[in-house]
Amino acid sequence: MQWETVIGLEIHVQLATQSKIFSGASTAYGAAPNTQACNVDLGMPGVLPVLNQEAVRMAVKFGVAIGAQVAPRSVFARKNYFYPDLPKGYQISQMELPIVGTGALTIELENGESKVVGITRAHLEEDAGKSLHEDFHGMTGIDLNRAGTPLLEIVSEPDMRSAAEAVAYAKKIHALVRYIEICDGNMAEGSFRCDANVSVRPMGQKELGTRAELKNLNSFRFLEKAINLEVERQIDIIESGGRVVQETRLYDADRHETRSMRSKEEANDYRYFPDPDLLPVELDDAFIEEIKQTLPELPDEKRQRFESDYALSLQDAAVLTASRELADYYEAVVAAAQSDPKIAANWVLGELAAALNRDAVDISNSPVTAKLLAGLLQRIADQTISGKIAKQVFEAMWQGEGDADAVIEAKGLKQITDSSAIEKMVDEVVSNNPKQAEQYRSGKEKLFGFFVGQVMKQTRGKANPQQVNELLKKRLAQD
Amino acid sequence: MHNKSITELAAGLRAGDYSSVELTQYFLDRIQRLDGELNSFVTVCKDEALSAARAADQQLQTGEAGVLTGIPIAHKDIFCTEGIRTTCGSKMLESFISPYDATVVAKLKAAGVVNLGKTNMDEFAMGSSNETSYYGPVRNPWDTETVPGGSSGGSAACVAARLAPAATGTDTGGSIRQPAALCGITGLKPTYGRVSRYGMIAFASSLDQAGPMTTSAADAATMLQVMAGFDRRDSTSADQPVPDYSAGIADDLSGLKIGLPKEYFGEGLDASVAKSIEEAISEYRKLGAEVLEISLPNTHLAVPTYYVVAPAECSSNLSRFDGVRYGHRCEDPKDLEDLYKRSRAEGFGDEVQRRILIGTYALSAGYYDAYYLKAQRVRHLISDDFTRAFEQVDVIMGPTTPDSAFHIGEKADDPVSMYLSDIYTIAVNLAGLPGISIPVAPAAGKPVGLQIIGSYFAEARLLNVAHRLQMATDYHQAAPAGI
Repeated sequence: MQWETVIGLEIHVQLATQSKIFSGASTAYGAAPNTQACNVDLGMPGVLPVLNQEAVRMAVKFGVAIGAQVAPRSVFARKNYFYPDLPKGYQISQMELPIVGTGALTIELENGESKVVGITRAHLEEDAGKSLHEDFHGMTGIDLNRAGTPLLEIVSEPDMRSAAEAVAYAKKIHALVRYIEICDGNMAEGSFRCDANVSVRPMGQKELGTRAELKNLNSFRFLEKAINLEVERQIDIIESGGRVVQETRLYDADRHETRSMRSKEEANDYRYFPDPDLLPVELDDAFIEEIKQTLPELPDEKRQRFESDYALSLQDAAVLTASRELADYYEAVVAAAQSDPKIAANWVLGELAAALNRDAVDISNSPVTAKLLAGLLQRIADQTISGKIAKQVFEAMWQGEGDADAVIEAKGLKQITDSSAIEKMVDEVVSNNPKQAEQYRSGKEKLFGFFVGQVMKQTRGKANPQQVNELLKKRLAQD
Repeated sequence: MHNKSITELAAGLRAGDYSSVELTQYFLDRIQRLDGELNSFVTVCKDEALSAARAADQQLQTGEAGVLTGIPIAHKDIFCTEGIRTTCGSKMLESFISPYDATVVAKLKAAGVVNLGKTNMDEFAMGSSNETSYYGPVRNPWDTETVPGGSSGGSAACVAARLAPAATGTDTGGSIRQPAALCGITGLKPTYGRVSRYGMIAFASSLDQAGPMTTSAADAATMLQVMAGFDRRDSTSADQPVPDYSAGIADDLSGLKIGLPKEYFGEGLDASVAKSIEEAISEYRKLGAEVLEISLPNTHLAVPTYYVVAPAECSSNLSRFDGVRYGHRCEDPKDLEDLYKRSRAEGFGDEVQRRILIGTYALSAGYYDAYYLKAQRVRHLISDDFTRAFEQVDVIMGPTTPDSAFHIGEKADDPVSMYLSDIYTIAVNLAGLPGISIPVAPAAGKPVGLQIIGSYFAEARLLNVAHRLQMATDYHQAAPAGI
C-alpha cells in the first residue's frame, strides 16, 4: 500500500528579551543554577506576574511578518499541572485567545516548487525550569533560571507531507525569527525547539491517522531523522495489523530511536482558565501598524530583490538570503567593491562559505569581513591580481595577515602587467623549448597550455593571464 | 490609652506624652496579658516592634514623621513580612519566613508604622469563623464562647480587644467586613484594585482585596491613605490617583440617597440584627439622608457563584504549595507523587482541601463550561444589579451578616450554613465594589455590623457616610467588658 505522511509542527521560539516574560530577572543563558530566578520565578507565596511589553511586541512582530491576524484582545490562561520545575504548579500560557491568529508561510522545496504551509496560531507563554537528574545521587536538582523565559509557540497546520518539507518549514521559521530579531535561533541552547506531530494514512484517504507527538528534536537533522523513523514505525505497526496509539514520544539521538513518554490516557487535564492575575492584552491598530513599520525586509522579499537587482539565480539568492547576516554581508561586499554582484556571490558562497564551514565560524565572527572581501574583489577587478592568486590572498586574510593590499605587498603577489617584461619571458620560454614550439606549430595546439604553464611558473603565477595568452600566441605565430 | 484613636495616639506621640517605644511596649504588654485566651496573634514580633519603635521615635524627634509614624498595628498573617514568619494560618507554612515584604507591609513600614505581630486567620483565608486556623480558633472578646468571624478573625479580635489600635485584613467574600461586624469594629474592603495584592498570599485572585480594620472610620481613612495606590507589581491594581480620604470625611449627608435592597432584609435575617440595622437607618434619616427600597434581584446567586469562582482560583493558586521549594514536606517521600500527595494532605486542613477539590472539579474538562464559565456569566449579572442600583442611590445599606457571633463549633460541621454567613458580603466581592462594616446597636449584648456599599472607587464617600454615624453615635466606642 502507498502511505502518505502528515506532519504538523509546534515550534517554541525563545524570545530575545532582556528580562523574563513576567518578572524582571535576566534571561541570559548559562548562569549558575538559580541565580537568575527572582521571587516571582520561584513562585513564592504572594508574588504576581507582570507582563513584559517587549515580549508582546516581539509576538506581534512575528504575527505581522507572516501576515497573520494579530488579536486585538488576547488572554493569558493557566495550564495547571504539577512538576518540580514548574514552581507555581501552573504555566502561564494562552489558550482560547492567542495573540497571533491564522497565517501562512511559503516554503521552497528541493524540486524547485514552493508550497504554502498554514500557521494555525502563535501564542505567548512562559518556559519552565530544568530538572537535573544526574549528579544528585538519586535526587533531582532543580534549576529555575529558565523558568519564566518568554516563549512564542508557533503551531502549524498538518500541511507537511515529508520530513524534508518539515525541515524546510522549520528552517524557514528559524530564518524568519532571526530576521525580525525576536530570537537568537540557538538550537543547542534550546532557543528554538521543535515538536512534530506525525501520522500516516493510506494515500488518498481524507481523514487523518492517529498521531504521535515527537519531542526533543533539537536540530534540523534530528527533526528529519526522527520523523522518518516515526513514519517507518507507524507503517510497520499498521502493516502488521496493529493500531497506532496517540502518545508523546521522545527522540533519542544517541540510540536513534523514539520512546513512549506518555499515552493519551496518562495525559493531564490541564484545567485551563483565564489567569486572574493578568489583564487581557488589548492592542489597537495603531500599535500593530507601528510594529509593522519596524519590520525589516523579510527573506522572501529580499530573495526576490536579489534575483532582480543582482541578476542572481533563484538558488544563489535563496542561499544568500537564508540568514539576515549572510545577506547583509553580501550586500556590504557588493556595495563596497562596486564589483560584479555575480562574482561577489561566487566568493561569498564559495571561498567564504567553505572557510566558515571548515573552521565552524559564524559569519558575524568571520575574520574576513565584508570590507576585507570587498578589498580583495577590487584587486581582482583592477587586475592587480588574478582570480587564482586571489584565493591565496583570501586564505592569508582568513589567517589574519591583513587586508588584500597588505597581503599582496608582503607576499609580492602583484600581477605582472608590464607587456615588455611578459614579452621577455615569453621569448625565453619559446626559445628554450624549440621542440615543443615546433610541435605546436605543426598543429599540436594542446601544447599552448604547456607554454602558459611555463610562463606562469617563472612568474609564480603573477603574470596577467590574458596578456600571457596574447603575447604567447603572437610569439608562437612568428618564425 | 488603648481606647484612643490613631489620630489621638499620633498627637500624643508628637506632644511627647509617650514615646513610640512606650506605646509599643504598652500594647505588647496587653497582648501578653490578654491574648492567651483570645489567640488573636500567631506571631508576636516583640524585638522587631521595639526596634521599629526606636527608629520611629528618632523620626518623631527630627520632625520627619507622618501621621502613622510610631503607631503600632498588627498584620493579618496572610501578608508576607520579610524575615518574619508568615503562616497564612496553615501548617503548610508553619516555618515559612518570607524573603520579601508585601506592598501593603512595605508601604505601612515606610510610613513609620510599628508591626506588633501577625494575626491569626482561617487557613489560607478560607473560613468565616477562624476555626479553620492550624493555630487554633480565635475567641471573640465580646463573648469568648463565640467566634470572631473570619477569615480576618485575629485582626478583628485584636482590634476589638484593643491589643492593637488597627490591623490589616483581607476580604475575598467578606473576610474583613464579617469579622468586623461580629467583633464590633470598623472594617473596610476597598474597590478591587485599589490596594495592591502583591505579597498577599492569594486565595481567589479576582476577589481578594486588602483593607484596614480599625475602631473608627476616621482611623480607617488614615490607614487606607497609606495602603491604597497603584503598584506596578500588581497588574490588577488600579492606576488611579488616591484621593485624600480624611478631607471630606465630616461632610454633611443631607440629600444622600440610601438604597435598602429588599433581598437583604428577607428570610434568614435575625430579627434582633434587623432591629439594630433599622435603628441605624433611622439615624441616617435624622442626618438628612433619603432612604429608598431597591432590588438586587440576583442576590440569591451570589453564594453559589462565589463557591465556584473562589475554589476554582484557589485550586490553582495553592498548587505552588507542593513541598518542593518551601513549606511543609512530608517525611521520606518514596517518589514524586508521594511527595506531592502526603505533603499537601498533611500541610492543608480539611476546609482548604475541600475547596481545592471543589475548584479542581469545577475546572475539569467537561465541567468547565457548566461551572466556571457559567459562574463568570452570573458574576456579570450580579455586577449589573449594582450598576443599576447606583443609578438610583448613592450608597447601599444593609446588615453585614444575617446573625451576630455564633458559638465556636456551632457551624463547624455544616459548611453550607457557614458559607451563608457571608450571604450579604459576597456579592460585593463578585462585583469588585467597596464595602465597609461599622458597628451599630448591639443585639442581645453582641455586636452587629451595618454594611455600606458604594460605587467603584467611592471609598471616600463610604468613609464619610460611616464617619457621620460615628459622629452622631458612640456605638463604635463600645468595648468588650473587661478590656
